Amino acid sequence: MKHLISISDLTKDRAISLLDNAQELAAVNDRDVKKIPALRGKTIVNLFFENSTRTRISFELAAKRLSADVINFTASTSSLSKGESLKDTAQTLEALGAHAIVVRHPASGAAHALAHRGWISSSIINAGDGSHEHPTQALLDALTLRQAFTRNGDLAGLKVLIVGDILHSRVARSNVLLLTKLGAKVEVAGPTTLMPAGIEKLGATVSHNFADSLAQKPDAVMMLRVQQERMQGSFFPSPKEYAANWSLSGERFAALGKDSVILHPGPMNRGFEISSAAADDPRSLVLKQVANGVAVRMAVLYATLSGEAN
Amino acid sequence: MRTVLSNVTLEDGQSADIAIENGLVAEIGKLGAGIDCSGLIALPGFVDVHTHLRQPGFDASETVLTGSKAGAAGGYTALMAMANTSPVADSAGVVEQVLELGVSAGYLQVQPIGAVTKGLEGLELAAIGSMASSRAKVRMFSDDGNCVHDPLLMQRALQYVKGFGGVIAQHAQEPRLTEGAQMNDGALATELGLKGWPAVAEESIIARDALLAEQTGARLHICHLTTAGAVDVIRWAKGRGIQITAEVTPHHLMLTEELVRGYDPIFKVNPPLRRTEDTFALRAALLDGTIDVLGTDHAPHSIEKKDCDWESAAFGMVGLEHAASVLQDVIIGAGGSWELFAQVISRRPARIAGLDNQGLLSVGSPANITLVDPSAKREISAQTHSKSSNNPFKGITLPGQVVHTLYQGKFTVKDSELQTL
Repeated sequence: MKHLISISDLTKDRAISLLDNAQELAAVNDRDVKKIPALRGKTIVNLFFENSTRTRISFELAAKRLSADVINFTASTSSLSKGESLKDTAQTLEALGAHAIVVRHPASGAAHALAHRGWISSSIINAGDGSHEHPTQALLDALTLRQAFTRNGDLAGLKVLIVGDILHSRVARSNVLLLTKLGAKVEVAGPTTLMPAGIEKLGATVSHNFADSLAQKPDAVMMLRVQQERMQGSFFPSPKEYAANWSLSGERFAALGKDSVILHPGPMNRGFEISSAAADDPRSLVLKQVANGVAVRMAVLYATLSGEAN
Repeated sequence: MRTVLSNVTLEDGQSADIAIENGLVAEIGKLGAGIDCSGLIALPGFVDVHTHLRQPGFDASETVLTGSKAGAAGGYTALMAMANTSPVADSAGVVEQVLELGVSAGYLQVQPIGAVTKGLEGLELAAIGSMASSRAKVRMFSDDGNCVHDPLLMQRALQYVKGFGGVIAQHAQEPRLTEGAQMNDGALATELGLKGWPAVAEESIIARDALLAEQTGARLHICHLTTAGAVDVIRWAKGRGIQITAEVTPHHLMLTEELVRGYDPIFKVNPPLRRTEDTFALRAALLDGTIDVLGTDHAPHSIEKKDCDWESAAFGMVGLEHAASVLQDVIIGAGGSWELFAQVISRRPARIAGLDNQGLLSVGSPANITLVDPSAKREISAQTHSKSSNNPFKGITLPGQVVHTLYQGKFTVKDSELQTL
């Protein structure tokens, strides 16, 4: 596996083997010496055109645990305005010796361009591109669900509900693709204005009523963050009305089954899309997701850089 | 000096010889030996109502000279030069400059289009009257690239140009419905995470402007139709007797949104490539006359504008050198006639643009003639006479080859070779 750009690039078997490897690598995190020499001598660049401290730290830690050298390149909007193109930035980093580039970019397709336009030959790992995909987030969510429901292979039959701003969410797209690939039944729920056209073609069912979706007793509920800029975009009349209809409030949380779990990609807007009652309950797996993020990214970096065949 | 094109096939299928003297068609009939044109269709020189020649201001992408060469190679004898240059063609000075550049290039007639609003900003009317009375005698006005979205301004512009028989060519794109839009709206845009450009953003403006044209009694031309719904609106408007004409580009007739899947900006264009069913509706509308003309929307961009990620890339594709081949595939390939072909690529565009010396092939008319070999097949190359190579048809095999182009009786292309003038 040379690159990881989209979940669509993965077969089901490949996805399961990545999850299996991540599960094994997670053990490294429990050791006293949290480091193995798997990628010694490799250089990994975290190229972030969007602020995301969490994702960057997670990739950085993953690379360091595998003994790779890590460079963090945070291109602020000011360096973009200096006019250097994505192509030039990437070629510069490769000339500095990068073996893999982990890229986060506000434009959909940016990671695809780095991997496939012939600009560079490094491995490219998509750490989120526009509203397209965030494949390592979906993998860490899948790993978290496997652990929560003690599955070894796929997620056949598991009912997952994803709630919120589906329209702008790369997390939602990658999760719909991956979880359905692994056999889960995925429903996306949110206001009609935040539901992208044709999302059902990616394999999800669509709901515009939170209560109806909850009545189907989902095994897992994934709450998505609503970005501040959406509050002004006439996607809904007011934050208050959004929260009334779409927040995982204490009442809605209480109505969930005892074995249901809560996921959130973070950072959470407490009191808006998720109540503290839900976020702080033992059934909330938010911190497990964070820990699994490191393991999944170790597995992805290893798979792309170890020269392992497809 | 007398030139005879012998044994040409005319639009109606008849064989004839054409004699040219002093830049005019002198005779058509059985005239004896001359340049052998057996197997070639003789057509009135092609007229493009929608070309971006980029000069002044964007000479790295195209100049009037290189665009004229590309046009001649594609069989054109007249190009309507869009106004979105820098400075914008919103004053007599700029349109006269473009006109003169065209004359000194000499490959074909370059007729400037004037901006509707100052600086294409959509806020106040450009110097429409002085452009009309300038040496460039501008008759077509367009903010193409931008939509004249203010309904009052659009109404006034239509009323104003009606006074001298002008026409407004509208780039139909409701700006609020297309903020940040990157490709056709729908399931594929969702999958690729690219912001959608919905069909209704085009159709709602066409419907509004058709009603404004009806109310004002002015002439309205709609640039680059792309959706099945837009075809329905045009059909309805024509049925009401509104003076509306419509144009379609080669790429919207043949290419679909599926090409966006690889995020290659060569396929990024405004309006965007649409669904397969839209291309079918556009083809049918061209055959039944709902769509009047082919317009290339030839939009050259230097390599820097395309060798980047999708969202940073510029919108646009070149089109002059393969437009006739696409049209042959669409019209002749569907059993249509060469008469219709000539209507779509020459006669109607000349009429819409008000070019009295174009779109004619009869005794006494200027010898603007294009001869096409319909049996040829050629693979489209990106390396052409245009200064830019942003060609989405690169590598595709299309029918037809322009063998000779004559502008005012002179060969600009002879035996498929561009001539040095």
